[in-house]
Amino acid sequence: MNQKTFFAFIGPSVLMMVLFIALPLATVLKQSFYQTQSVYETLEVETCSPTFTGQVCVKEIKTIPIIGNNGKVITQTNYVGLSNYQNVLEFPRVIAAFANNSWHEFMLIDFWKALRFTLTFTLITLPLVLFFGLLIALCINNVAKSIRGPVIFVSLLPMIITPVIGALAIRWLFIGDGILTSFLEWWLVKDISMFAQAWTIEFMMTFYRVWHVAPFAAIVFYAGLQTVNKDTIESAIIDGASRWQKLRYVIIPHLMPLIIFVTLIHLMDAYRVFEEVVGFSSQAHVISLQWLTYDFLTADLMGNRSIGRASASSMLTMIGITLLLIPVLRGVWNDYKGKRL
Amino acid sequence: MFLKKLATAVAITTISTGAWAACSFDNGTELKSLSNSFDAMKAVTEAMAECGNVTSTLDVDFKDKMPDAFAANPSLYQIGGVSQGTMVPLLNAGTIRPLDDLVAKYGTHLKPSQLIKVNGKIMAIAMQVNNQHLMYRADIFKDLGIAVPTSYADMVAAAKKMQSYNLVDYPIGGTFKAGWNLGEEFINTYLGNGGEFFGEGNTPSINNATGVTTLNTMKSLTPYMDPEYLVSDSTYVQQQFQQGKIAMANLWATRAAAMDNAEESQVVGKVVMASAPMGSVRAASTNWWDGLVFATNMTDAQADAAFRVAMEGIDTEMVTANNDAAVWLIDGFVAGPAAAGAIATANNGAAPYPSSSPGMGAMHTALGNGLAAFLNGEKDAATALADIEAAYTITATESGLM
Repeated sequence: MNQKTFFAFIGPSVLMMVLFIALPLATVLKQSFYQTQSVYETLEVETCSPTFTGQVCVKEIKTIPIIGNNGKVITQTNYVGLSNYQNVLEFPRVIAAFANNSWHEFMLIDFWKALRFTLTFTLITLPLVLFFGLLIALCINNVAKSIRGPVIFVSLLPMIITPVIGALAIRWLFIGDGILTSFLEWWLVKDISMFAQAWTIEFMMTFYRVWHVAPFAAIVFYAGLQTVNKDTIESAIIDGASRWQKLRYVIIPHLMPLIIFVTLIHLMDAYRVFEEVVGFSSQAHVISLQWLTYDFLTADLMGNRSIGRASASSMLTMIGITLLLIPVLRGVWNDYKGKRL
Repeated sequence: MFLKKLATAVAITTISTGAWAACSFDNGTELKSLSNSFDAMKAVTEAMAECGNVTSTLDVDFKDKMPDAFAANPSLYQIGGVSQGTMVPLLNAGTIRPLDDLVAKYGTHLKPSQLIKVNGKIMAIAMQVNNQHLMYRADIFKDLGIAVPTSYADMVAAAKKMQSYNLVDYPIGGTFKAGWNLGEEFINTYLGNGGEFFGEGNTPSINNATGVTTLNTMKSLTPYMDPEYLVSDSTYVQQQFQQGKIAMANLWATRAAAMDNAEESQVVGKVVMASAPMGSVRAASTNWWDGLVFATNMTDAQADAAFRVAMEGIDTEMVTANNDAAVWLIDGFVAGPAAAGAIATANNGAAPYPSSSPGMGAMHTALGNGLAAFLNGEKDAATALADIEAAYTITATESGLM
């Protein structure tokens, strides 16, 4: 392929990526160094509103935003350096917690609390997704051809469900006297409240995520299983390899590139855990980094949003994902170099 | 068979939207409304729909959508249902229009108390007042010979007595869901104890003896509540009541009628309304009003139609048909037993929700996010309050209030 054809082919997608990925990212990066404020004025306002006994008028000195000639609130945007990042990371409190040698105190700071959960969630679900993905793939591969289609369809179902809907479904099964909680209570003869403490919620979140993502891993691995060299398998059998040895020394090495692919995708996905927090309304017990960004973006009763902090927090999330991906990508790169040599 | 049923259903729907008998005029302008979702609002929007061409969105998360939807030009909705809290961002952004001319044209029948005036201009039309007050299972209280609680201490004492009888799953219910609900609970109790939220120049002032007392009061209720109280919102508590799982709760007046709704409730006639428990100064509740606002960014013809439709929505006919759904401000309302608690609470001096303080939005959010750590036992009261003040200070400084 000559260079011209090459660029003609990738040109459109590069343009799209610049337009829809690079530019927004640059904007967010810029916003994380700025704060936008309304310009306020202080004046006396008389407000008349109803009470149970009739109308009451009060005069108050109020701070209210000034509306410009174009009908919009006048705002000013200031460069604030790293102040947004400081407000998210809260280093003085971190230092104080470490000075007191208190993990508990450290875990009371929103960002670090969210980071702790996000990391454990990501790192616990990853091996489970790989394991169950492979297990399902092997099962599908070993069922009779005649029922393989329906089996694949059924095992893919969890993936088809919209994440928030799935999370809500789990919530309804377990909240209060939900069906499954009632069943557990009957079975264990014990009063159970799944949403009353952090660890049960985290357990449900992990369970839900594995249930939801394992089919994706399974379908990728199943595709890989179709390309396993039959001759190698046969020679392994002739050499007297057990089932486990076949898996360990022939199939898994063959699937390795796919395992790395699923790992990369899952790390990126799981680090942005959000649906579970919203679906389970777990914010009193468990929060994630992505939820924190969302919370900064939510307008309060007066319509104010912390766009600067939200941008800073999403940049930090991106940095976190990159750090997580580096070891995996380095492995791939070394592998690639090794093959070229 | 199914298709047949579907066809019949479609036909019935068409007929019911076709019959505009209850509306005095035939509305030809396409109109949309956005509001919170509760029974009273449903009644109003259904009455508006009778005029034709009105689509209503009732959404508990309406307050997140509304400021941006109304700031669009043309506005995405012409009519908005607000309370004194959710009106503020619209008012501040100038996205709702003054209504003096429309009131003169179509609203002369409105009571003076329904007109929300800001600096003399009518900015909203109120339809009802609302607060949180005590609802209790009169049958249980009578059987056990417990007097109606008038303070949180009474509630705890009653709950303690009730626990040994195993009549309900949890003696006390509470709208303690982390976020807005939990923040509101604190605000109710703190105001009941005579607390002030702000000092000079929008600085926070909740980390004080009143704040600590308030937190301890809230915590004293939790052993008698569903252990999942941090995920319980108003609808959840209402359902627990209806299913006979709880015996008392401070719940919104707009939820009172649901207790006697035979289609949903297993405790019809057993739940009685009383005043919210007294704090050290006044009833631990806040008074709210709900009403309708109209977008700035629409044509005058649209505004005209929207206002006329709204007047049909909040007319006496609607009130007569839905008398117990709310404490209506509209002519024709007869205060029944469902409204008794709300009125008693107001008579006990409940304060209005302090939405006029510019920092209240940030404070409410900080409270809603920060209180769970105290109730969980992760922080002591003073630390929790100090952290909430710190969170408020960051937001208020960012937005330029401090």
